[in-house]
Amino acid sequence: MIVADRKKIPEILDMIMDHRRVLLVGCGTCVTVCLAGGEREAGILGSALRMALRLRNHGDVTVEECTIERQCEGAFIDLLAQRVPEYDAICSLGCGAGVQALAERFPKTPVYPGLNTQFMGILESQGVWTEKCSGCGNCRLGEFAGICPITRCAKRLFNGPCGGSRDGKCEVHPDLGCGWQLIRDRASNLGILDRFERIVPPHDWSTGLDGGPRKVVREDQCIAGLCTRT
Amino acid sequence: MIDEPLILAFCCHYCAYAAADLAGSMRLQYPGNVRILRLPCTGKLEPNFVLAAFERGVDGVIVAGCLEGGCHFLEGNLRARRRVERVRELLAEIGLEPERLEMFNLSSAEGGRFAEIVTTMVERLKLLGRSPLRREPDRIEQEVHEIGRQAKAMPAGERR
Repeated sequence: MIVADRKKIPEILDMIMDHRRVLLVGCGTCVTVCLAGGEREAGILGSALRMALRLRNHGDVTVEECTIERQCEGAFIDLLAQRVPEYDAICSLGCGAGVQALAERFPKTPVYPGLNTQFMGILESQGVWTEKCSGCGNCRLGEFAGICPITRCAKRLFNGPCGGSRDGKCEVHPDLGCGWQLIRDRASNLGILDRFERIVPPHDWSTGLDGGPRKVVREDQCIAGLCTRT
Repeated sequence: MIDEPLILAFCCHYCAYAAADLAGSMRLQYPGNVRILRLPCTGKLEPNFVLAAFERGVDGVIVAGCLEGGCHFLEGNLRARRRVERVRELLAEIGLEPERLEMFNLSSAEGGRFAEIVTTMVERLKLLGRSPLRREPDRIEQEVHEIGRQAKAMPAGERR
């Protein structure tokens, strides 16, 4: 899932303070699961913003909340279409994709981010999320015993570990496991350690973000005439 | 009473609520500034209950749960304490004094301690002054009733 956390109240206030009516839009998918921007968090932030605005003599700014199932899908955003014209700004509690989807759908309404989108990751334990995938577009987990060297090694080494690996920890942070130690341990358990005797060739980064925003097209799923490869 | 601080107390059914009842039975004197809302456990406390109270203009909020290790639901009071800490941080971001919110632990046998807690909070809030979000007293009473209605969780048959 996409993991995010809430921006600080003063930062959000700076963005919305000059508007009269602000709609706070929560998202019912990833950011609900990571407790950053779901219905409950939208309610908490709405209440906090109303109080903060009153304390800064902007009590005339109206902040109201609503939550849609998914901010990154037009069909769900359409449910907001009737309501949005009543407001002169939107503060999205979705990830960066959600914020931009709302901005594209409502070109006349300013859309501000209420969250800082962090990464694609998993719930490690209650209240702790960790990054697992960098979305490089060319998954090679099969070569690395199921542990991603791009995401889990601070240097993104394909032929690690480096000299900064000590007692299974990375030199970047004492709590951070060395990605290559993890790869090596798991490969050893799986009996495939010999695979790492050869040098791994460089990664093909052409599928990554460096070529601009990416697109996935499934022509068999496209509605005739609406499918574009460019 | 208009200038007196108004306090909302979220009290656990198994301890603080009974302690408040005991304080009454013992005819202990404590300030009448507190409005008590009973929760089945402080673990039921949601951050937005507390924020709703402050938004409606109460001056202070008490969360009163069982002694640590003594929660009827094992760890509801420990979870509540972490939530209270989080809300206190949020209050600081908002611009309200975090000291307006405090969690206390007590047992159902401690009527005297309940009276003490209320007295302590009233004194603290007098020093802090009225909440800058305070509204007219009559309206606050209505709002407190509304928060209680929203937070109500236990069927009438289970009440003491």
